Amino acid sequence: MTAEVRTDRPAHGGLRAWLLAETVTSPAQARAQKLYLGWRRFASNPLALIGLGIVVTLILLAIFAPLVATHDPFAQSLDRRLLPPSGAHWLGTDELGRDIWSRIAYGARITLMIVLLVALIAAPLGLLIGTVAGYLGGWVDVALMRLVDVFLSFPGLILALAFVAALGSGLENAIIAIALTAWPPIARLARAETLTVRRADYIAAVRLAGASDLRIIVRHIMPICIPSVIIRITLNMAGIILTAAGLGFLGLGAQPPSPEWGAMLSTGRAYMLGSWWLAAMPGIAILVVSLGFNLLGDALRDVLDPRAS
Amino acid sequence: MSAPVISVRDLRVSFGRGASLIHAVDGVSFEVAEGEVFGLVGESGCGKSTILRAISGLNTEWTGSATIAGRPVAHRRDPAMARIVQMVFQDPYGSLHPKHTVETALMEPIRIHGLDNGARRIDRVLTEVGLSPAFRYRYPHQLSGGQRQRVAIARALILEPRVLLLDEPTSALDVSVQAEILNLLSDIKRMENLTYVLVSHDFGVIAHMCDRVAVMNHGVMLEELTIEDLMRGRMRHDYTRELYEASAGYSRRLETRADEADAAA
Amino acid sequence: MSEPILTVDGLSVSFRSPQGVVQAVRGISFTVGREKVGIVGESGSGKSMTGRAILKLTPPSAEVSARVLRFRDIDLAAADERAMRGIRGDRIGMILQDPKFALNPVQTVGRQIAEAFRIHRSASSAEAKERTLAMLEAVKIRNPRRVFDLYPHEVSGGMGQRIMIAMMLIPEPDLLIADEPTSALDVTVRLSVLRILDELVSDRGLGLIFISHDLNLVATFCDRVLIMYAGRIVESLPAVELHRAQHPYTRGLLDSLPRINERRERLPVLTRDPAWLTA
Repeated sequence: MTAEVRTDRPAHGGLRAWLLAETVTSPAQARAQKLYLGWRRFASNPLALIGLGIVVTLILLAIFAPLVATHDPFAQSLDRRLLPPSGAHWLGTDELGRDIWSRIAYGARITLMIVLLVALIAAPLGLLIGTVAGYLGGWVDVALMRLVDVFLSFPGLILALAFVAALGSGLENAIIAIALTAWPPIARLARAETLTVRRADYIAAVRLAGASDLRIIVRHIMPICIPSVIIRITLNMAGIILTAAGLGFLGLGAQPPSPEWGAMLSTGRAYMLGSWWLAAMPGIAILVVSLGFNLLGDALRDVLDPRAS
Repeated sequence: MSAPVISVRDLRVSFGRGASLIHAVDGVSFEVAEGEVFGLVGESGCGKSTILRAISGLNTEWTGSATIAGRPVAHRRDPAMARIVQMVFQDPYGSLHPKHTVETALMEPIRIHGLDNGARRIDRVLTEVGLSPAFRYRYPHQLSGGQRQRVAIARALILEPRVLLLDEPTSALDVSVQAEILNLLSDIKRMENLTYVLVSHDFGVIAHMCDRVAVMNHGVMLEELTIEDLMRGRMRHDYTRELYEASAGYSRRLETRADEADAAA
Repeated sequence: MSEPILTVDGLSVSFRSPQGVVQAVRGISFTVGREKVGIVGESGSGKSMTGRAILKLTPPSAEVSARVLRFRDIDLAAADERAMRGIRGDRIGMILQDPKFALNPVQTVGRQIAEAFRIHRSASSAEAKERTLAMLEAVKIRNPRRVFDLYPHEVSGGMGQRIMIAMMLIPEPDLLIADEPTSALDVTVRLSVLRILDELVSDRGLGLIFISHDLNLVATFCDRVLIMYAGRIVESLPAVELHRAQHPYTRGLLDSLPRINERRERLPVLTRDPAWLTA
């Protein structure tokens, strides 16, 4: 049920007016308007802003690690080992006398790299496999989805462990292993989404225009699936960070002396009773960043998911 | 009369298999002359939309033969057919891609067929369907139902086809908007010398638009009538008469066989 | 006419949205007696919202106000949610466009109708079943015992709508609100459903509010017609006189309908007069 909308808003000049103009004069303006309205909806949710703030902080921390770090993250100083948080060492020092704050700041780079690389590998792979399976159907669908089932039937960490065991330990291999465990849920989601739109009239219309299957999948089906894939991968980020930390904790991910948060937590565990900050500081960092991605994912769902509105 | 633009012989479409096999279209033949408006009328599930999906090439699982503008309709995807026959769908809310602007939707067929002068073509069809160029960059959710249907018609026209298949093009619209769209379809047909196949359940729309109409029931064509015959109530089949009388509205006296059919379920 | 069943005076429904206040219904007044009152209008005219507002089934974001909203001796405007739960389904029934959404998919239709009866009347399950079977017969279902045990997905659209009618009429309400009850049905089935509705409404002396976009149908089915435009009732007249309507909007709607017995070169297109918004 729609009713006529009265808009008695006073006219504004400049950018705001351009973003809200009734008459759109360029594709760029159309896109900008859409983004602006989405942003207004996003910004009206305080939790969304907190999530976004955390993620932006992580990015800034990673970029400006050399500037915000107070010490060299690798410099050992055995006479300053296990110092509690203080003015000189904001978050204390570890068992080799390294400054924990500086290590966390540099560790943000590793975390961000894991997150980005996993997202860049898993999201397109899952999206492609899911949409192809959903749109083509038939034996292609059966084959691809059984492959997904196989991947999904192992817990993510176990599967990642298996991959790392096969590929050898190290950060790059850990990322590949995590990405290989992260795509199947994305594929399944994209397939489900594809199944709901493949019979839509607008897909029929573009088929009638003579479009190839590839064109339909890439230009018409994928744009429909992308919002939910972005939401899912953002929500999965927390899990990915935890898996990465878990691999680091088990000594299979980033290798010492690299300041990976999971590995820091792992070494800190041995000193937990006497020097709680060794384990607590990287632990809090993991917690906050996971929370940030979860909040962001929830908020994106509210903004991007058309069914919610 | 010149050679027919559309010629369909013994078209059969079935869905499912074994016990649940349904003959959605069960041996239908018809011809449509150049510039004619041919109506297909019937109740839901009678097979009228299924015929459109078969001859448009959307559904390739059918038997029989069909030619449009002298070209046999293939049983596989045939991109060249896109420039001969296009379709307008019933639901203006489901027939436009929600993430594409009007321009993107209209540009897509041009890109697929590698045509030149894309911007000019878009201007031309938008003017033709009565939308100002300001609509170019609108998204579907910014348009009313009638405006969306105009965009859908523009999209069908942009490849300059000879035949338009209209699948209940106004049944989701308010009557005042329906009048605008029907007028638009009449104007376009005259200007572009198009041939229409119009599927509808509304005898009023059929009588207003068509030259001839075929009445469908359970996948078969019961009879073909000229509009003259329809308007004067000269039909042979009781079922046609029943539909015809029902379309006039409610009447307490009218006793129909549909009561029986529905009650027997 | 005797005391009206429903009196509506100055009913307004508005929504707050980021774009400003949207007025869906703008202070409409009408009464319903033991008769069939049709409310016609295009989408967005406020006709459905009117039906919902009477039962207080508007979305939470809606603000409803009325000078008088009286059903029999009950002041609906003052009734709280608990009181409304007792009225809905018991004294005022509502039939929606698609029975598939109104029926519980995992319960047999018979149980649902019997349940509707037992919620409002204390009765044994045997008695409720008996009443249900009688009611199914009343809506012309040939084999009530078989239909009693069917699930909603096993019945056709027309049968589903009859089951809805049975379910709504079994507590013997005084007023029935039907919102596009036959729009999803094929024409021939539509007529048989309407016939049943017609019979039951006149036999039991109910009031019926029939909300529809279909002018022809309302003109032939109802006793009285209210024409709504942009949240207002622009015209109200006996159904048989609809073709003599005065208001340019009503006239425009009637003219724009394609006719089966007359071929016109072009259909007249409605030009909307801004004055209709304030009339």
